[in-house]
Amino acid sequence: MSTAFDLRDVDVRYGDVCALSHITLQIRAGERVALVGANGSGKSTLLRLLHGLATPARGTARCMDRSRQAMLFQRPYMLRMSVRNQVSIALWLRGRRWREARTLALQALARVDMAHLAERNARALSGGQQQRLALAQAWACRPDALLLDEPTASLDPRAKREVEILMDEFAQPRNGHEITMIFSSHNLAQVRRLADRVIYLENGRVIVDLPIEQFFTGPLPESARLFVTGESL
Amino acid sequence: MSTFSQSAGTAFDLIASLDPVFLQVVGRSLAVSACACLLACSVGLISGAWLAVARFRGRDVVLTLMNTALALPSVVVGLVLYLLLSRSGPLGFLGWLFSFKAMVLAQAVLVLPVVMALTRQAIEDAENHHGEQLHSLGAGTFLRGLILAWDERFALLTIIITAFGRAVSEVGAVMVVGGNIEGHTRVMTTAIALETSKGDLPLAIALGMVLLTVVLMLNILIGVIRRWRERRDTAVMQPALSMQGAEA
Repeated sequence: MSTAFDLRDVDVRYGDVCALSHITLQIRAGERVALVGANGSGKSTLLRLLHGLATPARGTARCMDRSRQAMLFQRPYMLRMSVRNQVSIALWLRGRRWREARTLALQALARVDMAHLAERNARALSGGQQQRLALAQAWACRPDALLLDEPTASLDPRAKREVEILMDEFAQPRNGHEITMIFSSHNLAQVRRLADRVIYLENGRVIVDLPIEQFFTGPLPESARLFVTGESL
Repeated sequence: MSTFSQSAGTAFDLIASLDPVFLQVVGRSLAVSACACLLACSVGLISGAWLAVARFRGRDVVLTLMNTALALPSVVVGLVLYLLLSRSGPLGFLGWLFSFKAMVLAQAVLVLPVVMALTRQAIEDAENHHGEQLHSLGAGTFLRGLILAWDERFALLTIIITAFGRAVSEVGAVMVVGGNIEGHTRVMTTAIALETSKGDLPLAIALGMVLLTVVLMLNILIGVIRRWRERRDTAVMQPALSMQGAEA
């Protein structure tokens, strides 16, 4: 498998605050990586860095081109337009003709079982539907890497399950092409269901980087062990 | 007080009789302000949106200058334009001094910073909240500005109406560059100033009432748009909340 993301001793700063420090990691194409850690540990910043939205203050970051990635934010932004146009505009921004984008948008909506809501105002959707719409938007762009920032946070259990199923489906190889999925989550059961590798962050540093089985069964540093067992809460 | 009530009564008669001179002044005033607003908005909305999303060296200086321009004294604008447009000035060849065009230009210059600054603020707020997501989708600076401007179109509509209100009530600059020539460049505000100095209070009051009515109508329009937006947002939120309840 080829390397999709390669970070070497990277720091990311927001003014005087060091959000990420000495990050060195490689993510291969087709991997499913979960980023876990307490609030403010640097998960979102790491995703932003991989997506090219944050710039390293130090070190080197070689990442898959952003046009080949799709990123889902915790609270997806819905423009004041129809559900169908919401997907179409993402395709149009990636170079598709508007008419073609509208057709592809309908296919993408059907893929997430939302074709019947195509003409509804995107802002009128529930949180779960908006997250599914954001996934449809991402799927329509046929990305090689899917980055998701706490995609099921603040969703009810049913909506959470629906989004998880779509994440799992969208991360399956497409026409023999590996899809890389990197997501942050506080839900360890979800991590166990979806990931095959876990990166535990603390204060902007990678403390643990292990395959999923070892993360949940093997010995861990004290802080990570407390996080997994929930004692730090 | 009796003089005022007498003048007010005469003013009502003037409005009711649809005096042609009076209507001409009102029409010209609205036309000048509408043209100035169109000119200022066509430049100000786009440049304001761009300023909201663009990041470049010296941006803070540009924003400070723009905010300073909000407090431009209208007579100073009039004076500068007078010097530029006078026969010996660099733009004297245009022959615009004491013309409709000069008044449009003066009001546009006064209104432009208002449009730019308010647009910049509205779009920048949206950019801070959602700009990264549009960036992630591949929208560059200019496209992001345009998309966010479209998304904030109701806020921009309020800005346009505010700009028109500012333009139509302006007096200093149009007096200097327009010259308040009867039948040619006389507008409501300059006519009010002139008639008051002449002691012809009924006409001044009648024009003042029309001007106030125009401003009142604009405020009502802003209120209607705001209420319509609130109703739309509430209508949008209610299905979302009910669906969330159903899903739970």
